[in-house]
Amino acid sequence: MTIDQGTRFKKGCQAGISIAIGYVPIALTFGLIAKTTGLSLGETVMMSMIVFAGASQYMSLSLLALGTGAFEIVLTTFIVNIRHFLMSASLNEKVEPDRTINRVIYSFGITDETFSVAAIQPGKLTTGFMFGLNLTAYLSWVIGSGVGFAIGAGLPQTLQQSMSIALYAMFIGLLVPSMKKSVKVVFLAALAACFNIIFTMTNFLSSGWAIVVATLLSAVLVEWVEGIKKKGQVSNVE
Amino acid sequence: MLSKEIVMMIIGMGIVTFIPRMLPFIMFRGKELPAFLQGVLKNVPYATLGALIFPAVFYIQEDIWYGVIGAGAAFIAAFLGANVIVVVMGSIAVLSAYSLFF
Repeated sequence: MTIDQGTRFKKGCQAGISIAIGYVPIALTFGLIAKTTGLSLGETVMMSMIVFAGASQYMSLSLLALGTGAFEIVLTTFIVNIRHFLMSASLNEKVEPDRTINRVIYSFGITDETFSVAAIQPGKLTTGFMFGLNLTAYLSWVIGSGVGFAIGAGLPQTLQQSMSIALYAMFIGLLVPSMKKSVKVVFLAALAACFNIIFTMTNFLSSGWAIVVATLLSAVLVEWVEGIKKKGQVSNVE
Repeated sequence: MLSKEIVMMIIGMGIVTFIPRMLPFIMFRGKELPAFLQGVLKNVPYATLGALIFPAVFYIQEDIWYGVIGAGAAFIAAFLGANVIVVVMGSIAVLSAYSLFF
């Protein structure tokens, strides 16, 4: 690793700290629930290491408790996590050119949270940054799951309750500075939020699909309107 | 102890989670996508954030005020220019105070 990539790696780790703060309480609870569901410590840590996707891991526990078969659980996991395709496609436009193998490795660490932090960074994304960011998030998730299982407890209840805001506060902290700079961002976020609220409230789509469809609708609609506006300006000039 | 069925299930979950994460980096490698699509993909982060925050933030606790107050505190801190860690710690502190009194 060059010195340059080393500095970028460190920057990525620093950017990952707010994710780690949000992941730890959720990971501790995951470990705890995995234990009460009847998984072993090895299985619990292995799931966090191999899957690394919070919502679907929680879902697999409740499905296991209901006696659902493995195939159905894997299928549900696929549907819940298909949204990452959109996130990776978006990041692919933003990362620096590098060997495919490096991209494949850090793509393993793309979650809602690592994606959000990475996508908001100014300029191109370096491989070092992506490794630092994703590794910090990954370690907090894996270690948190194991510790939650081992000590058989989460954080004290009041702290747990207060910390449940952490990841949402992070999303807001990432979004607001961009909203201040651009009205387009305000529209993008507000439209997607409205679509997602409607889909969720009406049970029109499961939550995994609701986020994908709401995001796409908003991103396409705003792009389309912007295109029309630009064309209008061009023909006015002509 | 590892049960064979659980391990197979975990590996299956891992594979179906990894594929959508990894595929775009291979499919679109070195390809220039149409300008409209590039524009849409640039919009995706901000739209995703909107959809990730709402409505889920209202459901973090049974008491809907946790989400409302926490999100409000985060918004104010971020609007005033606090960096992300300060926003996160600040909204946790505000909610700790809230749960102390209510």
